[in-house]
This record gives sequence, C-alpha cells and structure tokens, in this order.
Amino acid sequence: MSTMNLRGCMTLFKREVHRFLKVKMQTIVTPALTAILYLLIFRYAMGERQVPGLDVDYFTFLVPGLAMMAMMQNAFANTSSSMIMGKVMGMNIYLLMAPLSALEVVVAFLAAAVVRATVVAVVFLSVLYPFVDISVMHLSIILLYGLCASIMMGGLGLIAGMWAKDFDNIAMVTNFVILPLTFLSGVFYSVKQLPEFWQQINNANPFFYLTDGFRYGFLGIGDTDPYASIMVVIGTSLLTIVSCWHLWRIGWRMKE
Amino acid sequence: MSALEIKGLSKVYSNGNVALHDVSLSVPKGSFFALLGPNGAGKSTLINILADTVLATGGSARLFDQDLFAERNWCKRQIGVVPQEVAFDPFFTPREVLAITSGLFGSKPDDAWIDHLLDRLELTAHVGKNTRQLSGGMRRRLLVAQALVHKPKLVILDEPTAGVDVELRRRLWGFMRELNAAGTTILLTTHYLDEAEELCDHVAIIDQGKVVTAQPMADLMQQVASSYLWMNYDKPLSLSEADTLALTDFKPRVSDTGVCLQLGKLENGQSTFHTAYEAAVARFGPPQDAGVRSEDLEDVFLRLTKKEIRERT
Ligand SMILES: Nc1ncnc2c1ncn2[C@@H]1O[C@H](COP(=O)(O)OP(=O)(O)OP(=O)(O)O)[C@@H](O)[C@H]1O
Ligand SMILES: [Mg+2]
Repeated sequence: MSTMNLRGCMTLFKREVHRFLKVKMQTIVTPALTAILYLLIFRYAMGERQVPGLDVDYFTFLVPGLAMMAMMQNAFANTSSSMIMGKVMGMNIYLLMAPLSALEVVVAFLAAAVVRATVVAVVFLSVLYPFVDISVMHLSIILLYGLCASIMMGGLGLIAGMWAKDFDNIAMVTNFVILPLTFLSGVFYSVKQLPEFWQQINNANPFFYLTDGFRYGFLGIGDTDPYASIMVVIGTSLLTIVSCWHLWRIGWRMKE
Repeated sequence: MSALEIKGLSKVYSNGNVALHDVSLSVPKGSFFALLGPNGAGKSTLINILADTVLATGGSARLFDQDLFAERNWCKRQIGVVPQEVAFDPFFTPREVLAITSGLFGSKPDDAWIDHLLDRLELTAHVGKNTRQLSGGMRRRLLVAQALVHKPKLVILDEPTAGVDVELRRRLWGFMRELNAAGTTILLTTHYLDEAEELCDHVAIIDQGKVVTAQPMADLMQQVASSYLWMNYDKPLSLSEADTLALTDFKPRVSDTGVCLQLGKLENGQSTFHTAYEAAVARFGPPQDAGVRSEDLEDVFLRLTKKEIRERT
C-alpha cells in the first residue's frame, strides 16, 4: 500500500536548494571568495615555484584542491545547518510527519548538498577562468570524485545534524573535524613534501584520496592512483547513504 | 466504524517519565472528539505518537482500519496534525509554507483550496509576509491551514486556539464545525472546556497517562455531571462529626461563605433537593441565600481529575 512519494522528495529537494539560494552571499559568494583569497595569498607567497616531485607550478596545483575543499565544506554545511536549524527551531517535525520514506528524505537532502557544492565550485572556477589555465584531463574522474565527495560530506552533515543538540555541537564538529581534515587533505601540498611520519597520517585521512583524485582529473598528476581508489570512493559514498537511511529510519536522536 | 482505534498504547520517555499507560481509545468516524486532561496528562505525547514524531513504547493503533505503525505513510496522508508548538521555516512566506507542505504530502498544491484556507483562517492579508513577521495568533492559524492543506480525513489539533483571541476562536471553531459536517473527523485538545463542551460530541479525559473516562459528551453530562445546592451564610461554617453524619448522603463541603451539597435522584426520579435543603437548615439554620447549580464539563473534569471543585457562588 505504501507508494513512492516522488513529488514529496522533489519538494524537499527544492526546499533545500531554495534555502541556500535565499542566502547566496553566505552560501555561495563567501565560500568562492574565500577560496580565491587563499589562491591569491599563496600566489604571492610562493611565486612561480614548482611543487616538489610533481611537474607543475604551485598556483595551478592549488586550484583543483581549493575547489574540492570548498565543495566538501559546503556540502557538509548545507545538510548540517538545515538539520540543526530544523531541530533547534522545531521545524523538523514537519519532515517526520510527512509521508516520506527515509530514502526519499536522504536523497533529497544529499541531492541539494551536491547542488550547493557544485554551484560553489563552478562559481569559483568561473571567476578564475580568465586568469588561470584550467585544464581538464579526465572529466569523468572530476565528475565522479566531485559527486562522491559531495555525497559523503552531505551525508556526514546530515548525520552530524541529527546527532547535534544545538548549533554549538555543529560548530564543534565543523571546526575540529571537518575543517582540519579538509585542510589537511593535500589541498596545499603534495604528500611527497611531507616527512615519512606525516605521510602515514596523511594516508589515513579519507579526504586526501578525494582531493588527490579530483586534482588528477584536472591536471593528470597526483600522489595516488585515482582509478585504483574508484571502488573505495563509490563504496564509501554508498555506505554513507545507507548509514543516513538507517539513522533516519529509526529516528535517531530525532524521535523521542 | 472507528476513524481511530487505539489499544494499550504506552510511552515511557528515556528519562523514565511514564507519559502514557495502557491507553485505549476509540474515535468514531465523523465525530468531533475532545481529548482533555490537565497539563502533563499525556495529550501531546499521544498526538505526537500518532503524528510519528514520538515513538510509542507499546500498544497498537488502527486508522481507518489500517495498522498505523505498519502502514505509516498511507496513514500519514489521512491525518492532518496541528502540533502544540508553533514553528516555521523563517525562509518562507505563508503561501510558500502551504505549497511546500502540499508537495511533501505528495500532491500538487491546489491553489483554490489554499486560497480558501487562507481566506477562512483570515490570513489572506498576510500571504506575502515572511513567517517571522506574523503575530503569534496568525502563526497558529497558519499551523491550522498547514494541517488541512492535504485535505486529511482526520484532523488532530493540539491546542489550536491557545493565544487566539475570542472573536477568531469562534470563527475558527465555526470552520472546524463545517469541516466536521462535511465528514472530517476531528480530534482536539484544549484547555477551554466550555468550548469543548459546546463543540464536541465525544470526550475522553486522561490524567497522568491514564484514561479516566471516554464516552459521548451527552452521556458524560447526563451520568457523571450532577447538580449542587449551595447555601450561603455570612459566616464560615465548619462541619462537626454530627453534621457530616447527618449530611453524608450529600457529600457536604464547606467554605468561608457557606455549604455546598451534591444532589441526586431518588428511586422515583425525584430530585433530592428538598431533603438536602431541609437537612442543611436543620444543622445550620436558614441561609442568607441559596440556589442550585448544575455541573458543567469543567466541574466534571476537575472532579474526575481530583482537583478541588471551584466554587462559583
Ligand atoms: N521529551 C520528553 N522527555 C521526557 N518527558 C517528557 C517529554 N515530553 C513530555 N514529557 C513528560 O510526559 C508527560 C506528558 O506530557 P505531555 O506533553 O504529553 O502532556 P500534555 O497533556 O500535552 O500537557 P499540556 O496540557 O501541558 O500540553 C509529562 O509528565 C511530561 O513532563
Ligand atoms: Mg500538550
């Protein structure tokens, strides 16, 4: 008797997109601008220097990494802020009351997170386009890594939003987990520059593979083999979706 | 047939609070049903379980003959819930809120129906405002519109008139009556007992998570409500043991101004008014003033939930 509620899923997706578009200064312009500022700072600090071990100048190396970092942070921000705002302001009950399956809810939230991440990355790259030579070596790798990274981060945001009791909890996760892990995911350096110990640490950071693979899609160079990681990346994305689905289904920290 | 049949529903919150204890209720199809109880009785908990925002600890429920817990999504489409807490997405206007709710329930927004709801709930002048700019009463009315937007067969209202002024409250109830006349079953909680008595044809009173009584309003008022004889003396009275014994049939209660006796019916159907009056006069002398008052729903409610009967004399 249960039928799919595609319109409901679509409505929720549109609502989530609408929500970040209504405050686009904060959700799109600011992240893109931040990434551009990083780029400018490093441009002047590093000059024309080459990245050790990789045959590329520092500036070109930074662009895809910064785009990926912005995508990951914004996908996370989109779902986590929506969930925690809904919780604190008491609006999440309307989602619980609606005839939506857990999968429909999760798909809508993650799709909106992907859209936000994509918009931020596209804005960032478009602004740079006239000034930087942005090559695209493997478009399918770029799309796959971009999509999977947004899904994973959107999913983590959803889970963090369900877990959190207030805005402070979310700020804690953002500042102590998401920011360090994305910052240290090889956006600003090649692992080859790191001492042995730090290389090991770096290799344990899941976001490192995402950034590295994404960069490979643009420049055709990287520290890892993105084709070898594809199954892991896809698998992790699916695992994220399944975890979100399960947690929503049992009403984890949402229903008393 | 019942619109809603609840069996043995219980809820223990994670902190150990027992909010519902083995609650069974039957809400007849087409009824206007009052769910009453003092603060903390468990009304909202019951409603939130029906709305799927709180998980039941035990029990079962059938909605229009479908298992509520097994056929959740089908059931959700049949119910419109007005929650007790008012909350809106600050990013949207009332019209957008209603369109979104429609969509979440899987139907294309019916503009004519939305216009009708906005009109009946007197929100038309405010459709373009952000929900943050609405007054408390307006928000609550928007909450009602939101619950009705997908044309549910059972409307559940958790204190829909809290903070709504008298005039609007009347009109809101008028609208609910129309919906009910058109076949919608209505279940509501309210602390305005006079309104519940006037509007509802069925009533259930719960207290501390247990059903105290559940029956048609007329039966409750006929069987449980009784009449009182009040007699005023301009001095405080106290009941001696002999007084209590003499008046024991009338459950006497004294106050600063006099005495109050519960009336009943003799076997032949005659009121015990005369005997009560005579007995009181024999103990305290003729009163300054006297009269008879029938219990209304509020009195019954207070008596059943073991609160002091308020003296109106
Ligand atoms: N989230 C919660 N966690 C723990 N206990 C709760 C929670 N919500 C309600 N309770 C407790 O459950 C009992 C029933 O509360 P409920 O809100 O259902 O009462 P109510 O009848 O709606 O009261 P009111 O008329 O004040 O709205 C109360 O004792 C309350 O303290
Ligand atoms: Mg309540």
